[in-house]
Parts: sequence; structure tokens; C-alpha cells
Amino acid sequence: MGFFDKIKERMNKTRDNISARLNNVIKNFRKVDEEFFEELEEALILSDLGVATTDKVVETLRDTVKERKIADTAEIKELLIEILADYMQASPLEIKKPTVMLVVGVNGVGKTTAIGKLSAYYGQQGKKVIIAAADTFRAAAAEQLSVWGQRTDTRVIKYAEGADPAAVVFDAIDAAKHADADLLIIDTAGRLHNKKNLMSELEKINRVIDKSYADANRETFLVIDATTGQNAISQAEVFNESVKLTGIILTKLDGTAKGGVVCAVKDMTSVPVRFIGVGEGVDDLQPFDAKEFARAIIE
Amino acid sequence: MAFEGIAEKLQNVFKKLTSRGKLTEADIKAAMREVKLVLLEADVNFIVVKKFIKDLSEKAVGEHILESLTPGQQVVKLVRDELTELLGGTQAEVKSGNPTVILMMGLQGAGKTTFCAKLAGYYKKQGRKPLLVACDIYRPAAIKQLHVVGEQVGVDVFDEGQENPSKIYKNAMQFATRNACDIIIVDTAGRLHIDDEMMGELKELKQTANPTETLLVLDAMTGQDAVNAATTFNDNIGIDGVILTKIDGDTRGGAAMSVRAVTGKPIKFVGTGEKLDNIEPFYPDRMASRILGMGDVLTLIEKAETAFEEKKQIELQQKISKDQLTLEDFLEQLEQLKDMGSMSDILSMMPGGNKLANMQVDEKQMERTKAIVLSMTLEERRDPHIINGPRRKRIAAGSGTQIQDVNRLLNQFDQMRKMLKQFTGKGGKKRRGMFKMPF
Repeated sequence: MGFFDKIKERMNKTRDNISARLNNVIKNFRKVDEEFFEELEEALILSDLGVATTDKVVETLRDTVKERKIADTAEIKELLIEILADYMQASPLEIKKPTVMLVVGVNGVGKTTAIGKLSAYYGQQGKKVIIAAADTFRAAAAEQLSVWGQRTDTRVIKYAEGADPAAVVFDAIDAAKHADADLLIIDTAGRLHNKKNLMSELEKINRVIDKSYADANRETFLVIDATTGQNAISQAEVFNESVKLTGIILTKLDGTAKGGVVCAVKDMTSVPVRFIGVGEGVDDLQPFDAKEFARAIIE
Repeated sequence: MAFEGIAEKLQNVFKKLTSRGKLTEADIKAAMREVKLVLLEADVNFIVVKKFIKDLSEKAVGEHILESLTPGQQVVKLVRDELTELLGGTQAEVKSGNPTVILMMGLQGAGKTTFCAKLAGYYKKQGRKPLLVACDIYRPAAIKQLHVVGEQVGVDVFDEGQENPSKIYKNAMQFATRNACDIIIVDTAGRLHIDDEMMGELKELKQTANPTETLLVLDAMTGQDAVNAATTFNDNIGIDGVILTKIDGDTRGGAAMSVRAVTGKPIKFVGTGEKLDNIEPFYPDRMASRILGMGDVLTLIEKAETAFEEKKQIELQQKISKDQLTLEDFLEQLEQLKDMGSMSDILSMMPGGNKLANMQVDEKQMERTKAIVLSMTLEERRDPHIINGPRRKRIAAGSGTQIQDVNRLLNQFDQMRKMLKQFTGKGGKKRRGMFKMPF
């Protein structure tokens, strides 16, 4: 087990998190040299930024360092935060009445939980929210949503398991219109993006909204689990192709994962992060702040 | 399919290698750099990658690979062997006890509840009597979900609502004894490895249950952080093995490598789909082959063996070699193919089938083909040559297709028959690539 022992030893040393590593890098290198950049690269890769995006970020950093003639490693930190925040910046999200928010994602990323929190978030702003339980596939998904509905005092439109999701959406639109709702949030079944027929099902839901709720504003959010690695890029690309994404909800940031892959996602698809999930409580969903997020990755 | 990315890219790397005569040390270095990039893009942990590459490079030089005649292949073999070794050498079995108690745990959304049911169904098929125990007392409707999936696989589910998990477990064991259940599968709440309180609860449950196997359920899509979660679960609770879920996605699944490397614990099962029978034991050698684009032929063969009855298979072979294949046989083949799983599943397991699988074989088209054959008389199925114009018209009308569809099927069947004869006939040249199936 020599291999494993050595790995474990190294892992223990570096496990704390990226921040400690980066701080080490910054502390130990008084001069900004090649070795320093290499260490930086490693730290970014370890927070799931991916090789390509890491290269870009470090390249930008390198150029700026040269340009501004920075020799002090402490200054680098702020610069890096600036660069990363720039990567993630997007115009603010506005929810105008009426809006339909379609929430999609692969299995187990926390869609249903995120929707529960979204309904609380907008409910607190005085908006009238209705939820459509269009995940008719997973066992007890609608029940899970109903519990959230009770917690946040939100009406949940649901059908029996195995029902046509598009039919649920159709009825929910009807209910939203009648109730004069500000926001209709649609939960969908988790699906792996490489399952073509499941992706067509989403397209069908979109067509139903196009037809019967044509005047509504549209938001389509992809939920990404912060522990996800480079596969998130593929998820974003494929979902974007089917249902034109307008934002990302990054969940489970309360763990040790940094969710750095969303930088790569933004880089490749231009889809911005809109919300982050930081816990299991009703209020543990926050609007995304690029600067804060960048700081969290570095610090 | 998992690891597909690695397969494709390594193939590219080694295409460069194999296409050259002899390797220089610089070549190996270049290849290793590529391998490193590929592994990183596949989400293998940075530290694991570094170590793997270092070991690999040392071995590559040590084995005098530079002087060998086919260095490219040797490097491929070396990488494959090392990967297999890293992924766990030979297949790891699940230990059995009296009764066998399996404790499932993991982060939120890894797929624990679904996999509990899959595992229960898997053992039930082997003639065991499993019991599912609902110890996820936090997530809304988690217990309900376990009941639903438990019912789907026909296995009892024990729950006591929001009780303390250790207490639920004790009562579940009494239930198990009364009902002669011999394998107890305990579902627990998803939790973050840094949540001390929740980890404490798990620790207590483990002490109470003293399980035969404690399995960590891990999402195949997990990134660099997989090592942190796995190490903490292993250090604090102790794990015997890992279950890798959602490998039917297009993730490269590097997390499998990472987790194996940092915990030293084997991967025992993989979840290959949303259906409750989508569970397979983990075979490191096959997975390593798949990583290198050699195709998971063994799994395919195994699937085929269970789906095809051997006797029929021999009959069919004889028919093919005597050129007596009829449309009736063809129909039977179609049915059996359906038993084996979806076409894209099968294709993705064949060497070079990675790309084919993405084409998504149209299973509706398969149904249409079946309808055409079913609209023929027995006589016609046995001797397609008698199918003349009016018959074609009738068959098309009967199956709700066009005459062109019928024509196409008959042509393709004819071609397939010839092709198959070449495959089996003596002296027939083995053709590369697949023949076109008539659907």
C-alpha cells in the first residue's frame, strides 16, 4: 500500500483547503516567480477550476503582474480575487411579474431543496409564488416539495407519480394565472444530460410554457452541486442547448468543495451564477456575489 | 459512459506513440504530460495524478520500454495495468455475515436511497431476503421514497418515522429476526463530512449496528473535493468500500480513481441508470480497459449470456453457417436484444462503440422493424424470397409502414445474412467494423 500511504500523507498535509494552500504560497514566496505561478495553478485546479480556465486565469494574472510590475506576493491575492470576480460578473437578476422559472439539473444536485428556498426568498420579498411539482419520476419528489410548500406557505401544484410533467406545468400555469402570481417555479426530474429522450421532455415543457404563458418572463436555472467536477461544463452545455439557460444555482457550498467549476462554466457558456446554497435551512440560499465568491475561493 | 473522455484522449496520445517507430525519453515525457492533462480534466485529484504519473514514468523507463519493438503498445499496456492496479486489482466482493448488515452513507444527493433499493433488488434476485431500514430522518419524504422504491423491488421497508437512527436500527433488527431477513440494508441521511454533529450520529449508528460492510456512496461526477469527503468518512467512520453512482452520465469519473487512491478501499458496485436493476459489480480490469477505449467487452458478453439461451444460440450459429437464417430468427434476435438492455448501452460497451452510443440508436425504429416482420405470414418469414409486390403492399399496410420500409428491411436482411455467413464461414475474411443492422 505504499502508493496509498504516500498519497494520504500528502493529502493530510494539504487537506485543510485551498485557502491555507494559497496563503502558504503567498507567504512562502516573497518573490513572484515561475514556481509561484505553478503553485497557484495547482491551487486553482484543486478548487475545480479546470486546467483550461486555470491556464487562462493564471495567464491574465501573469500579464497584469508584468504590466503593473508587481513583485510582492501579498498584492497578488487581491489581484487574483479581482480577476476571478471579473470572470464571474453579470448584470443583476430582476424578477418581473409574471415570471416562469424553470429549474433543471442532473440527479441529486438539490433542485427540490433549492426551489423550497427560492420560494421562501421571493415570498419574503412579498411576491406571490406558485410551485409546479413536475418531477413526476423520482419516488416521493412531490411529497418532498409539499413539505417545503408547507414550510414556506407556498401553493404546490402536483399530480400523481408517473404523470406527464408537461401536464403538471400546464395546470400550474393555469393556477398561476388565476392566482395572479408573480412567480411560477417549476421543479423538474433530475436527468443526466446525455439521455436524449429526457432532454426532449424538457423541451416539451418549454413548448407548453411558450404556448400557454407567452407573456411571462422566462428564467431557466441549472442547479449545479458544488462538489461536481469538470462534468458541470458538459451539463451546462447540453442543458443550454435544449432549454437556453439564463442562470446557475450553485448548491452545497457549505461543504469543503469550492465549486470553482462554475468559473469554467461561465467562461465557456457565459451562463452566470445567480444563487448559492450554503446550508439546509430555509434561508440558506443567497444571491450570488462575484467578489465574495472569488474571495471564498482564494481565502 | 464514464471514463469515455479518458479513453478518447489517451487513444489520441497513443496514436501519436504507436505511429512512430521507436520512443525517445522525450516521447514518454510528452505522453505522460498528455496523460496527466487527461486525468486532471477527468477530475482525478491533482495530488493523485502527480503521484500516478511519477510512478508510471519510472516504470516506463525501468522496463526498458525504449528498446522494445512496439513501444506504443507497451505504454498502453503499462498505463492500463497501472490503472487496473490503482482501481483495485481484482474484483472486491461484499463480505457476508449472519445476518449481513450493510450501512450506506454519503454526501447529500449521491444516490443513497435509490442505491439501497438497487442493492436490495440485487440480493433478492440471488435468493436472499433483504430488509431496507429507513434511517434518513431528516430529508423531507426520504422515508416515503424508500418505501416506494422498496415496494418496486418487492422488499420490506422498516421505518419508525423521525426516531433516533440507532433506536430504529435496533427495532429493525428484531423485525429482521422475526421475518428471517438475512441481509439488512440501512439507508442514512446525506451529510457533509464537516458536519460534526451529523458525523457523530453516524458514528453512533455504526457502533450500534456493527455492520458487515460500511459503504460510501459517491457520485461519479464529483470533482477534486472527492478526496476530502472520502478521507473524512474513512477516518471518522471507517469504510469498507465505495459505491459509484450515476456512471451512465458522460462524466469521466476520475473521482473513482481519487477515492480509491486516498482511502485504499475498493469500489464494489456501480449504478448505471435510473432503473432499479441498473446495478453492476465493479470490475477494475474492465473499467481500466474501458478507460483506454478497449471497450467493456466482458460485461457485454456477460449480459449477452444471461439474455440469450445457450441452446438457441447454438441453433442460430448453425443456421447462420448453413445460410438458413430466417426472418423468424431475426425477430427472436430483436426480442433478445431488448432483454440485454438498450442498444446504446450495448454499443457503449463495444470497443470503439463510444462514439456510436452517442448516436442514440432509435429504439422506435426497432419497434417498427418488429412490426414489419410480425405482419408477415410464417411462410414469408421462413422464406423471404417469396415476398413479391402484392405481399409487400399487404405487409406495409399491416404494419403501418411504407412499402419502401419493407423493401429496405428485406434488402438489409439479405445483406446481413451474407455478412454473417462471412463471419462464420470457413476462410471468410473477418471484416473490421460492424455490419449495418436493419434498424
